[in-house]
Amino acid sequence: MTLDRRKFLKQSSVLGAAAALGPSLYASTARAADEIEVGVLFSLTGGLSIVEKSLADATMMAISEINAAGGVMGKMIKPIMEDGASDPKTYNEKASKLVIRDRVPTVFGSYTSASRKAVLPVFERRKNLYFYPTYYEGFECSKNVVYTGAVPNQQLSNFIPWIINTLGKKKFFIVGSNYIYPREMAKVSKILIEQNGGEWVADEYLELGHSEWGAMVSRIKDSGCDVVLSNVVGDSVVAFYREFKNQGLTHDKLPICATVTSEIEIAAMGAEFAVGSYTSFPYFQAIDTDINGAFIERYRAFVNDGSAVTHHALESSYFQVFLWKQAVEKAGEATPDAIREGVKGQVFDAPNGKVTIDPENLHAYLTPRIAQWGADGQGTIIDEYPDPIQPLPYVAYGETGDDLFCKASGLDTTKL
Amino acid sequence: MSEILFIGLSLSSILLLIALGLSITYGAMGVINMAHGELVMIGAYTAVMAGIYLGLNLFLALPLAFLTAGMVGLLIERLVIRRLYGRIIDTLLATWGVAILLQQAIRLEFGLAFFDIHIDGLGPGLQNMAVPAFLTQPFDLGGMTIQPYRTFIIVLTLLLTALTWFLMYRTPLGMQVRAIMRNPQMAAACGIDVRRVSMLTFAYGSGLAGVAGVLLAGFKTVQPDMGSSVVVDGFLVVVVGGVGSLFGTLAAAGLLGQINGIIAVLSNDILARAVVFGVVILLILWKPRGLFSMRTR
Repeated sequence: MTLDRRKFLKQSSVLGAAAALGPSLYASTARAADEIEVGVLFSLTGGLSIVEKSLADATMMAISEINAAGGVMGKMIKPIMEDGASDPKTYNEKASKLVIRDRVPTVFGSYTSASRKAVLPVFERRKNLYFYPTYYEGFECSKNVVYTGAVPNQQLSNFIPWIINTLGKKKFFIVGSNYIYPREMAKVSKILIEQNGGEWVADEYLELGHSEWGAMVSRIKDSGCDVVLSNVVGDSVVAFYREFKNQGLTHDKLPICATVTSEIEIAAMGAEFAVGSYTSFPYFQAIDTDINGAFIERYRAFVNDGSAVTHHALESSYFQVFLWKQAVEKAGEATPDAIREGVKGQVFDAPNGKVTIDPENLHAYLTPRIAQWGADGQGTIIDEYPDPIQPLPYVAYGETGDDLFCKASGLDTTKL
Repeated sequence: MSEILFIGLSLSSILLLIALGLSITYGAMGVINMAHGELVMIGAYTAVMAGIYLGLNLFLALPLAFLTAGMVGLLIERLVIRRLYGRIIDTLLATWGVAILLQQAIRLEFGLAFFDIHIDGLGPGLQNMAVPAFLTQPFDLGGMTIQPYRTFIIVLTLLLTALTWFLMYRTPLGMQVRAIMRNPQMAAACGIDVRRVSMLTFAYGSGLAGVAGVLLAGFKTVQPDMGSSVVVDGFLVVVVGGVGSLFGTLAAAGLLGQINGIIAVLSNDILARAVVFGVVILLILWKPRGLFSMRTR
């Protein structure tokens, strides 16, 4: 944490001493007219810090780039960084601190749904604004959160039909970690599988962080399925793919099609265990555009690691700060209400392509992509939508583009 | 059926692997070493680093990890545990502190992270140890699919158990260790250098933890806090088997692994875990000193 803050201070020109000593003490006196304070809330310690630190880095990088280019309406962005410590309760406390004591108009943060759910009451009660960068399970409609990661329809609506029609696989074994995200993903998957004429033979869960996959893989083997849909999260992914290969299963006959396995997990398991398997995300490091190439280069320079990998939630952490900047500039003032009104319909050319914030449900239009993992640990994008598609957080409950459940006026609970 | 037994057997071997070192340090020496999991972690990191910097494969990393973890164990014994013999709660707290220190040392790259220096293979992220290709390719033998990596773990664990048994029951040093287990004062009175023997015993137990780390790295993620989940399983096996009994550790690992494997295949892993803990509670109620306890001190 100290490192990031220090590195960041070197690159931007904010009040160094005050920030390093403990910003809250100085908040009321040091808030200058030429800066806007924002909160940055990720786990810098604990089990989730592996991923969340990279999200914090991407956020800080976006802030320093905006500041280097003159800031927002001539004001510098001053980040106040807090550590969620991989613990939802700590998240809640730190969010309260940022919103109540520091009185920031916006906080960027969270990776897991558990931490987002923990801070949600703070932002709703205090009418503040939270920018959430991670793909998540949907089923949420808050006026106080801007969601810039994928929701299930943006990961699955192309993936399942593609598996059935292009890969020709019809019998699904659904496996996931045992908590809300994999369970909601499974729910959406089943609807899509049945719509497209496939079937699912099993729907199994293991606890988060489980690393003994012998029995589960043996069940997959005996189930008669011809494709595995994995919603396994975290370091379990590594143990799963390794066991899969060790038991003699290969991705050309029985591919794992995953919704969470990203560049980070591939690097950790060793690319040879994932060669030939598939993942669906709106962003991959392998996207071959100049803007993405430059993004990866700048990120590696920023974190001082020439082999750092980029991934979907990281990229969202980066571009959502720019969406926020545009929203502030459109609104002309940095208050939560004004920013929320300003962010509606904002468009930004992100490394993954054009992203737009839906004016109704505050989720992002993203482009679904499917990649096949290669021996170098990078995906080859083998299928992508021509355009970004509309986010539908309630797709598992029958939401369609013409019949939105979540609107600017709030959630229509009669439709659930 | 044979496949289910094989899964159970491989679960048992992993339990035994972790518990083996612990059965020496906890069983024989009465030290509740909370840093045992971190010694496993150090073994895993030794394998990762040896792969990156020395190009060593898994097999060559094994002895190296044994030596590294053994050295760290030796230091822990000399600097901390030696001063706390007989104060079991204090040892528990002190070694827990050591565990946190070791975890953070890896996470912060021995403090170099503060100076913007990055060492490949350390840091808070997930690391990956390469497994030789022939160990990941299963093959058929007499109608049964053999998984080489699991088989390798089972065989190596049995060899290490045999070696440990030999050291403990067939060498003069082992006799001294057993004498100290029974009664340290009397052993000292008979001219045994209790300090030296204890130090070596602890280092050996730590070295075994290091070897376990290398083998675990083959199918688990290597990360700074990988040891904390492992150490619970280790204590479970040693306590059920009976403190100080090598055979008890072997039997308990076999029993718990098979129960876990059979239930995991027939229903699911979450239930299997719950049943294992249930069985452990019943066994401890029935035999508070473990399955094969011996009278000590």
